Amino acid sequence: MDKELQPIGSETRAPASQRSRTAELLKHAKALGKEIDVSIDGNSVTVPLGTTILEAARELRIHIPTLCFHEDLCLAGVCRICMVEIEGQRTLQSACSYPITAPIRVSTHTAKVRRARRHVLDLLLASHHGECYICTRNGHCELQALAAEYGVDLFRFGRADRPRYAIDASSHAVVRDMNKCILCRRCVRTCIDLQEVGVLEALHRGQHTKVGTFMDKPLADVVCINCGQCINRCPTGALRANDLTDEVWEAIDDPAKHVVIQTAPSPRAGIGECFGLEPGRPLTFQMNTALRRCGFDRVFDTNFAADLTIIEEGVELLLRLQRAIVERDPAAVLPQFTSCSPGWVKYLEHFFPDYLPHLSTAKSPQQMFGALIKTYYARTNRLDPKNIVTVALMPCSAKKFECNRPEMCASGFKDIDYGLTTRELAKMIREAGIDLPKLEKSDFDNPFGTATGSGVIFGATGGVMEAALRTVLELVTGQKIENFFAHADIVPLRGFEGARYAEVPITKVGPVPALVRHLFPDWNWLRGATLKVGVCHGTANAKRVMEDIRDGGRFSHCHFIEFMACPGGCLGGGGQPTPTSPAIRAARAKAIYSEDHAYSVRKSHENPAILRVYEQFLAAGPCGHESHELLHTAYTRRGKYIA
Amino acid sequence: MTTSAAVQTTTNRLTFAAIEAGQGLNAALKQPPADALRQVAFSGLRGRGGAGFSTSLKWELAAKSAGERKYVVCNADEGEPGTFKDRVILADFADLVFEGMTIGAWVIGAAHGIVYLRAEYTYLRPHLEAVLQRRRDAGLLGSAVAGQNGFAFDIAIRMGSGAYVCGEETALIESLEGQRGEPRNRPPFPIDTGFLGNPTIVNNVETFAWVTCILAKGADWFKGLGTEKSTGHKLFSVSGDCARPGVYELPMGITVAELLEEVGGEAAKAVQIGGAAGQCVPAARFDRTIAYEDIPTGGSVIVLGPQRDLLRMSRNFLEFFLEESCGQCTPCREGIPKLLEGVELLQNGRCSMTYLEELCGLGETMQQASKCGLGQSAPNALLSIVEHFQDEILGRVVAKRPPARRERTA
Amino acid sequence: MLLTERERLREELLQLIGQIGRDRSALLPLLQEVQRKYCHISEYCMQVIADLLDIHPVEVHSVVSFYSFLDERPQGQFVIRLCRTATCDMAGKDHVARQLRNDLRIGFGQTTPDGKFSLDWANCLGMCDQGPAMLVNERIFTRVTPEKVHGILAECRQMFGAHATSSPKERQI
Repeated sequence: MDKELQPIGSETRAPASQRSRTAELLKHAKALGKEIDVSIDGNSVTVPLGTTILEAARELRIHIPTLCFHEDLCLAGVCRICMVEIEGQRTLQSACSYPITAPIRVSTHTAKVRRARRHVLDLLLASHHGECYICTRNGHCELQALAAEYGVDLFRFGRADRPRYAIDASSHAVVRDMNKCILCRRCVRTCIDLQEVGVLEALHRGQHTKVGTFMDKPLADVVCINCGQCINRCPTGALRANDLTDEVWEAIDDPAKHVVIQTAPSPRAGIGECFGLEPGRPLTFQMNTALRRCGFDRVFDTNFAADLTIIEEGVELLLRLQRAIVERDPAAVLPQFTSCSPGWVKYLEHFFPDYLPHLSTAKSPQQMFGALIKTYYARTNRLDPKNIVTVALMPCSAKKFECNRPEMCASGFKDIDYGLTTRELAKMIREAGIDLPKLEKSDFDNPFGTATGSGVIFGATGGVMEAALRTVLELVTGQKIENFFAHADIVPLRGFEGARYAEVPITKVGPVPALVRHLFPDWNWLRGATLKVGVCHGTANAKRVMEDIRDGGRFSHCHFIEFMACPGGCLGGGGQPTPTSPAIRAARAKAIYSEDHAYSVRKSHENPAILRVYEQFLAAGPCGHESHELLHTAYTRRGKYIA
Repeated sequence: MTTSAAVQTTTNRLTFAAIEAGQGLNAALKQPPADALRQVAFSGLRGRGGAGFSTSLKWELAAKSAGERKYVVCNADEGEPGTFKDRVILADFADLVFEGMTIGAWVIGAAHGIVYLRAEYTYLRPHLEAVLQRRRDAGLLGSAVAGQNGFAFDIAIRMGSGAYVCGEETALIESLEGQRGEPRNRPPFPIDTGFLGNPTIVNNVETFAWVTCILAKGADWFKGLGTEKSTGHKLFSVSGDCARPGVYELPMGITVAELLEEVGGEAAKAVQIGGAAGQCVPAARFDRTIAYEDIPTGGSVIVLGPQRDLLRMSRNFLEFFLEESCGQCTPCREGIPKLLEGVELLQNGRCSMTYLEELCGLGETMQQASKCGLGQSAPNALLSIVEHFQDEILGRVVAKRPPARRERTA
Repeated sequence: MLLTERERLREELLQLIGQIGRDRSALLPLLQEVQRKYCHISEYCMQVIADLLDIHPVEVHSVVSFYSFLDERPQGQFVIRLCRTATCDMAGKDHVARQLRNDLRIGFGQTTPDGKFSLDWANCLGMCDQGPAMLVNERIFTRVTPEKVHGILAECRQMFGAHATSSPKERQI
């Protein structure tokens, strides 16, 4: 089987002022293997030419404080907290941005350095408005941690006694309180370079400098895709998710309400970090217990809906293929794009609205589940849908926007009432006095209890595609996917390259399974075809892929492409615990893939609960009229111009 | 004494007036680039913008730097308070500047020149364009400069848009690239990663004019002027409380007293040298010399008469920086307002000694920790006033009042 | 109506880009040209420029807000910038400022209701030997006194009728 991989655009475009030209330039030097000796606090180390002082210090396990520096982002060198003294230089240098090109002697904590760092902290604290104990970041704020580290015990240069800016709470997803902003510009670099959405940028200059949106408009009115990556990288509480836990508590406390929560795979892999565990320790079943103790009436597994999405989306793909290959209809729109990442969906609506017909009409698992709960579940349990409150635990801030889309109320009620982030749930669990890691395990509730490994891997980039391929290939070939890929692990689709491409030739076809027999008389038209698929994560990479499609590149010949708005996929979502880094995301991915292995059923179309839903409720089968009404949606041409 | 035609600025006799267009360039093109560079090196010329970096070293590094495209940029973003010599040079001796740029291009192997002209000097642009066209017509710019096959060089004018910080060379390059004028992290320096990532030399207007003179009159002549470490003459922009404000060409190493005598400012109680970024020299120290080894300057000399309120001036400078800071790095963005608040407290006699010391410490941090020259020099004026005019300031300090921490600017 | 105005503007910007260039380094010359012609850079203009240069509108706004000679809001036909820096201050800029405020009946940072004049401060105009200095659009005035202010404004008002480069209507866009 041809499994070609083509990472493209893994390097993002950065504005020149923030681009690390040094790094780019010195890549050559590094590649040449040139090395240089450097002495830091009297310890010597040999590093490749062009290594920054910060990198060299980390090698020596010497701690240098940082604020504007972030592993995911290009350099800024603006906060000046990482200053060090280099022998023979009049001024202090920022360790994060200073490339070592000559043998230098560095001191990281001379009197001069200590005073300067204190001053930088004092100055930041003087203009930082907000009390720590009424801040969502209390206890895990990088500014607070530094103040503690440096023993700040007075406001040396005064303090802001009144807010300078109004809080922008216009967005369903992200709340901006610029009074807490320390202008490290991580959010700017996240939005412009990492995600290439371009909502946030520094405005004005001097003391009037602030991070703002285009014409200072409310976040809800600009092209923000709600991905929340800025929240994950904000060192303070200046950016936070729109927290609705109080309303969820209220629903729980209301005896008339039947409160149902579904949990997505990524929060399970991440929530442990909120309780002091190292990344990559899934707490799926402890969390179930905790949720019941919090008072949720039912705890469902979003993976069930993920399996349903795979069926609907996979069948939609096969229908599009049939239309293109058999009917030779030039109007058949391919490649089909995944639609489960609400950040990506809004990105496409804004930036490539002409490509909306490519987007699968299948709702995301969250919304499908909500629609089923307020119809199928309500009916089978004799519940009035107006008394059901659907809560979704997601790793995502954009899900908060998605559940508020006006078109998302197939049952006549909002499919999903509240989207909770991993961080918010952790808060609720703490508030309920529960020590999550030590809790006993318990399973999900029926009738949606059963899920497959395919649903779990939705959380990692490439996971949707892997799950879809497992199902589509088995449906079409009639053979076990294990015959093609050991342990059903489609390894070429995994990993963190920005964009991946793979080809799967279909050499033989099998009989059409009962589930879809009404749609496809046979598979003969697929024999000899090569299924071309693509995967990408992070909207910067999505932009590359979209441009490639527009220009007729290799991705334009794909049949199916998975897009995830967040770097790393859902496990790196904007609702996940802070901080984030490539290592943390890799650990979460590992947790997710190991959980997949633990499932006995790992393919969506083998999920008995899914088959039961089609039997009992969605009688017209996948992509039939019931499912179209409940499980599919339409999109809005938003465009990037703002009125 | 002559008077500039374009703008009524008084000058003394300027060397520039005696150099004919083409003189320096022809001399340069007669020798290989390396030899022309050697001349500049021998002259000991250092950057006339104020920082005083060796011109020849900058050019040598750019010449050695690998890169097919190289740029020669003339920094005509003269914005330092009290400086106006570049305006006079551009108005009256633009040929020398363009010629200096051409020589720079010959030395480093560049084909493109850019003059970054500050928006405030837009009225000079038609004149400069005319001079450029004249030079093109005369074959001194274009595909074969002065008939030299294989040496193509032309100059374009790009306008600033009102930002003092763009006088910082990396901010200037950012601005040329269509960005906010925010200084870059250095290293890398423009000589290897400049405009659009290409090796770029950025020099002051006056520096380029002197290069032309050096090539025209010989490096020996230039080296014979000034001091050992600060060779040559320098143009000074003199303003304030003196009889004859204007642009003066004087040898480097001149004492403040000598300069004041020349301009009729003997009664001064202090002189602010180097503009808002410079230092305030009290009368008792008028024996100090203006040279890179003592008081370095881009040429701004503001004479302060006995009646002048130094706190008012330092407040004016801090308000200037408050507006002009790019707002990128913490020490500068957040430090300047604190210093300004401090000066206001001093003016009202409500600043304690303790807090004043605290502010001076902050000023030193800003000098050491700011990302670029703007933030590093913003506290200079205040610190030098506190150092030299203790009595004037302490007269208003209330010794026993507790530090007024909660003061805020309106 | 509005649509055609916008289409015309877009055409015009396309033409400008054809002359100046399509890469990011063309941004400032483009903005300067728009500012010169329309006395400000409108929200719509910024979006079109961003679109054509393939950058984000907020980046254009960020640049516009950085430079003091670029404005988001419409400026007067005559932008008067009085130098407030040290030597002009010593030479009596406060008196000139008072006169300007009185004559124009606006404060610094404001525009007259008829859209003729905007008043602003400037940071060192490089006329320190002849202060107080004042810039009216691109023209420099030196040794300005309160008495001279009146004449300068009168001259502007006279010019406004005869040599106006753009009508107030154009500035609305």
